[in-house]
Amino acid sequence: MLRAHGLACVRGDRRLFSDVDFSVSAGEWLQVEGANGAGKTSLLRIVAGLAHAEDGHLEWEGQPVDTVRDEFNARLLYLGHAPAIKDDLSALENLRTAAAVAGRPLDEATALAALRRIGLKGREDLPTRVLSQGQKRRVALARLLCSQARLWILDEPFVALDVAAVALLCSILDEHLARGGMLMFTSHQAVQLAGSGASLRLS
Amino acid sequence: MNAFIAIVRRDLLLAARRKSEVFTALFFFMIVASLFPLGIGAETSLLRRIAPGVLWVAALLAAMLSLNRMFAADHQDGTLEQMALSPTPLALLVSGKVFAHWLTSGLPLVLLAPVLGLQFDLSPRSLGILMISLLLGTPLLSLIGAIGAALTLGVRGGGVLLSLLVLPLYIPALIFGAGAVEADMAGLGAGGHLSLLGALLALAAFFAPWAATAALRIALE
Repeated sequence: MLRAHGLACVRGDRRLFSDVDFSVSAGEWLQVEGANGAGKTSLLRIVAGLAHAEDGHLEWEGQPVDTVRDEFNARLLYLGHAPAIKDDLSALENLRTAAAVAGRPLDEATALAALRRIGLKGREDLPTRVLSQGQKRRVALARLLCSQARLWILDEPFVALDVAAVALLCSILDEHLARGGMLMFTSHQAVQLAGSGASLRLS
Repeated sequence: MNAFIAIVRRDLLLAARRKSEVFTALFFFMIVASLFPLGIGAETSLLRRIAPGVLWVAALLAAMLSLNRMFAADHQDGTLEQMALSPTPLALLVSGKVFAHWLTSGLPLVLLAPVLGLQFDLSPRSLGILMISLLLGTPLLSLIGAIGAALTLGVRGGGVLLSLLVLPLYIPALIFGAGAVEADMAGLGAGGHLSLLGALLALAAFFAPWAATAALRIALE
C-alpha cells in the first residue's frame, strides 16, 4: 500500500501543488490528471524518489519510504517521458541490459516472448534507432511484461501508441491489477481499466 | 555485483557499436604526441628529457575528450533515472561506468604509449616505467573526470566548464606520473612516485564514485 500525505512541490518561485493526499492499495489504480504544467510529472517523480517533495511524506506498507528505500526500489517500476532506450542496441539487447542493470536478469526466451506480445515480432534484432516513435514506445512498454514489480508508475504511457497498442496496454495493465499490483499513471485520455481506481486532479 | 558487470558489459557493447568515439581520442593522443618530435627536431637528448611530460599531457588531454559523454547520453535517454531507481546502489553502477570508461579510453592509451615513446628515443626501461605510471594514472583520470562530468551534467556549454574544472585536479596525477619516468631516468628510482600515484588511485577509487553519485542525484532533480 502506497500512501501520501500533504505532498507539495515548488519549482523556482512557483508552487505547483500542495496538500496532495492519496493512497493506492493492492489491485487499485490512480490516474493523475491536470492541465499541462500542473505538476503531474513532478508528482510521479516525487513518488518514485527522483525528486524531493517540498513538504509532506510518503509511506510504503505503513513505513516512511525513506527508511525502506531499497525495498521500495526493488518493488517499483518507473517509466518516464524518456524511454531509457539505447539507439545503438537492438530491442532485445535493450530489454535484457535494462533488466540486468536493474538487478533482475532476464533470460532470452522471456524477453523474446515479451517483444512478440508487444508487437515487435521480427524486429527484435534491429537497432532501435531504425524503429518508429511508436515502436520505440513499445520497446519501453515491453519492460512491463517482464516486470515483477508491484508498483508501476507510468508517465503518459499512452503517448504515440496506435489504437491496437492502446488496447494491448490496457489489457497488460488489467493483468497487473488482477495480480494485486498497484498502478499510478498520468494520461490526458479517458482510460477504461478493470478493478477499482480513482483519479487525482492537480490544479 | 551482477549489476556492476551488466553495466560494464552494456557500456562496452555501446562503445563497440560506436567505435569512432574511441578512435577519436586514440588518434588525438597519437597526433599530439607526434607533433612534438616533428616541431622540435631530432635532438635526442632534448626529446628524451621532455618525453615523460609531453606523453603524459597528451594522454591527459585525450582522456578528457570523451569525459563529457560519460553520463550525458544516459541522462538524455532516461537510463540514468532507471539506474537511480535500481535496487543496486547508484555508486556501484557509477563505478561500473567509470571502469568501462577507463577500459575504452584509458587502457588503449596505456598500450599505445610505448610505441609513441619510441619517437622520443626512450630506453626500454623508461618505456616500461611510463606504461606502469599510465596504468596507475589513467584510472585516476577517469575517476576524477567522473566527478567533473557529473557536476556539469545538463549545463549548457558544459564541455569547456568540464575541462576548466577537471584539468587542475589532474595536476597531481601529471606530476607523479611524469615524475616517475624522469626520476627513473635520473637514476633516482621510480618507486616513490609510483606508490604515491597508487595511493591517489586508491583514494579516488573509494571517494570519487560517491562524489559523482551525489552530483548525479542533484542533476536528476
